[in-house]
Amino acid sequence: MSRSEAVALGLTEGEYDGIVDRIGREPNQVELAMFSLMWSEHCAYKHSKKLLRTLPVEGPRLVLGPGENAGAVDVGDGWAVAFKVESHNHPSAVEPFQGAATGVGGILRDVFAIGARPIAVLDSLRFGEPTSERSRYLLDHAVAGIGHYGNSVGVANVGGEVYFEAPYEQNCLVNAMCVGLVERERLIRSAAAGVGNKLVLFGASTGRDGIGGASVLASAELGDADADKRPTVQIGDPFEEKKLLECSLELLDRGLLVALQDLGAAGLTSSSSEMASKGEVGLRIDVRQVPLREADMEPFEIMVSESQERMLCVCEPGRVDAVLEVCARWEVGGTVIGEITDTRRMEIFDGDERVGDIPVEALVDDCPLYDLEPAAPAAPLYDAPARTLEATAARDVLLGLLASPNVASRRPLFEQYDSVVGSRTVRRPEQADAAVLAMPNGGAIGISIDGNGRRVACDPYRGAVEAVLECAANLACAGAEPLGLTNCLNFGNPEKPHIAWQLTEAVRGLGDACRALDLPVVGGNVSLYNEGGEGPIYPTPVVGMVGELPDPLHAGRTGFAREGDAIAIAGPFAPALPGSELAKLRGEPLPDGLPETDVAAVRAAQAAIRDAVRGGRLSSAHDVAEGGLLTAVAESCLAGGLGAELELDVADEERVFGEGPGGFVVSAPEAALRELAERIPVTIIGTVRGESIRGPGLHASLDELRAAHGALAALFD
Amino acid sequence: MPHGGDRSVKFGVLQFPGSCDERDALLACAKVADAELLWHGDRDLKGADAIVVPGGFSYGDYLRAGAIARFSPVMESVIEFAHDGGLVLGICNGFQVLCEAGLLPGALLPNVERRFVCRQVDLEVVDAETAFTNRCAPGELLSIPAKHQTGRFYAPDLDPDLVVLRYATGHCFNGSQDEIAGVRNAAGNVFGLMPHPEHAVDPLTGSVDGLSIFSSMAHAGVAV
Repeated sequence: MSRSEAVALGLTEGEYDGIVDRIGREPNQVELAMFSLMWSEHCAYKHSKKLLRTLPVEGPRLVLGPGENAGAVDVGDGWAVAFKVESHNHPSAVEPFQGAATGVGGILRDVFAIGARPIAVLDSLRFGEPTSERSRYLLDHAVAGIGHYGNSVGVANVGGEVYFEAPYEQNCLVNAMCVGLVERERLIRSAAAGVGNKLVLFGASTGRDGIGGASVLASAELGDADADKRPTVQIGDPFEEKKLLECSLELLDRGLLVALQDLGAAGLTSSSSEMASKGEVGLRIDVRQVPLREADMEPFEIMVSESQERMLCVCEPGRVDAVLEVCARWEVGGTVIGEITDTRRMEIFDGDERVGDIPVEALVDDCPLYDLEPAAPAAPLYDAPARTLEATAARDVLLGLLASPNVASRRPLFEQYDSVVGSRTVRRPEQADAAVLAMPNGGAIGISIDGNGRRVACDPYRGAVEAVLECAANLACAGAEPLGLTNCLNFGNPEKPHIAWQLTEAVRGLGDACRALDLPVVGGNVSLYNEGGEGPIYPTPVVGMVGELPDPLHAGRTGFAREGDAIAIAGPFAPALPGSELAKLRGEPLPDGLPETDVAAVRAAQAAIRDAVRGGRLSSAHDVAEGGLLTAVAESCLAGGLGAELELDVADEERVFGEGPGGFVVSAPEAALRELAERIPVTIIGTVRGESIRGPGLHASLDELRAAHGALAALFD
Repeated sequence: MPHGGDRSVKFGVLQFPGSCDERDALLACAKVADAELLWHGDRDLKGADAIVVPGGFSYGDYLRAGAIARFSPVMESVIEFAHDGGLVLGICNGFQVLCEAGLLPGALLPNVERRFVCRQVDLEVVDAETAFTNRCAPGELLSIPAKHQTGRFYAPDLDPDLVVLRYATGHCFNGSQDEIAGVRNAAGNVFGLMPHPEHAVDPLTGSVDGLSIFSSMAHAGVAV
């Protein structure tokens, strides 16, 4: 095979020379196909690995860190919670229904590959403005795809977030997070072990779908010919996944497996070679044993197919029959396709003919890593948003903010997802700032996912810090203390200096925020080259966080709950208008930088809120985010179906509509607020009362607020 | 034990490939009686006094919701059990399966808006004299989650006496005929509904109103 063929597969000429150097000859077609995927950005993290190594990965509750299919933290009494977020951006931009559906399927497999039963899915979506027909199409189909897959597999979809911004117009983002539950002693790793042990492929048969998904689709910018890439998008079958999930967990329950791994990007090539690399062994695979959908598939196609709903396991030879019996019980295909060797080489056979022979190390560990060449942009990277709000009266601004696509109720989306299956969902979407799930030991976990890309575009470092703080604030409002986080770094082309700068600064912010909160990063995913013809997306580090609370009966709520409660703004809240949702609606350009945050003070405020929620002293707690203080009050009104009488100077726009971390809208009897004020700043701003939000210069009925907040429903008519 | 459950009654909860809510149904049944999962490939009902056909997407709901499950070995036994007067409850996909099996009147069509909807709904108890609602009061409202894409009940020639539950005003999102949420067979021993009472049996997860369906069955099971 030649250099030009390598370049067509997404490698550089230099990388091709490196391959020739490492294997001592020119690679054949099978080998080049395998290298082109394993050395792709998507699989090798070649532009991000050095940065990712700067993130903190240690913590007292950490059970599994980065490097396994999913990370995990200890939640007590022998139980661990596994979680990970992953992107499926480019497939979703090309074919939104299947792209989003298989994104859910992939992250579910990552979680059950370590032996955990998936119990929750959350999603993080980004589209262009809903005024664009293409964005509405992507939204509609991506949401339907997520629902179709998750609902059919029977995993509760308990939360998520969505933002609409012009820079995502051509390159939407679809990130999915899965949370699983596992007894610690049942966790299984993916390292292949035991020379002579058998490699069993089980699940769906292998077809030509998804060939080159990780390289030519996921690791390159989007462009005009994307419709031609639709065959690189995989097609999902949630029924097959459901059987595969139950089958995998039963195989583990019966103690039949040495190792387990899912097949994701780069299919059999990456799953098998990563198992070999982690186990420091070799593998011999006969592609002729692989059950195919199309009889005439070439060996290289079999090795790189990204057909969905497949798993690979290692078992002792004496247990093969028992493994295949479990597969048959679940009506899942299972076939021995190879065995473990001591050669530390990937030997690929087509029957008796050896069609590939590569050192595992060269394939998995030797991909060249690139240093980024970051440079802050000299001129603004993003156009000012379009001006869509002219109002200046506080009431009209509030209604405009509530109707803004980034603030409006997500009900039209989340009602398409089953949020209750599993009998664990203590707080469903819009009931609390974080989802709350009951745990088998009587405790509970809180889960949140967030990441406001526009704030990161204003200031990659502080925007990323804010994303971590925002998730932790959501957990605090539910009464949960963070245990760990996962992240998905969605950025543009890292070979461009200004994108490299965004990425470098954002990772620095993530790392600093994690260290300040003593939180480990348990794993995650990087999605680069998110650019269309009109430029890069907003830099979007999506943070998913899991925390614990001792008693689900005391999980917090967003909504006001009791007439006569005092309403207060609590915490070190220092709002500013630049970079806010209101500034966006008014078409103001993004500021060059965000105000500095006192992270220690924010952390202390989160702890105080958390303690007050856990103690049952607060009737409601809601963190101030997009739209600022008055929007947060209105959201608590709507969630609780109760009005508010406010004593606020609504002419002070910065105070009532400005944004920044550290602010919480809480309601409680005054005595409880006085107690909270002993720990953090608390200012009483009104009383829960009536059926409207009213104050000097402000009046809007709950019905008016609800109508504005329901703006997204029109997108799904 | 809540709602006067009885350990001498045993529920059998079917499990098909693609079932999603079978463990939830098992938990709900276990609050009022003994309960055990029954595998789709086995004909043995293991001495169950009452059968629950749970929610989910049996066999992927390929072809048509419930159309394949109806032919499974376990369903052969359930059909026989029902013909002999045994209590059978079908929830969501289970309701679809029982309609496909001819044990209940009517059919379930795609929701009017053709989308999956997951929403807490209020159901009005139309008939509190059945084996499935004897622990409810006539006209009582039950708050129970509904979640489905194919739940529009359609039975043009339905005997109105067979209606057990109706969606409360403003709560019927799927377009069901006469806002019917649950129906029984003429003999009164088979009942199906689209909403999920097994997801309303614990105050922690939102409501306990679904428990009365299971306790009614346990009560009726003792009476039988």
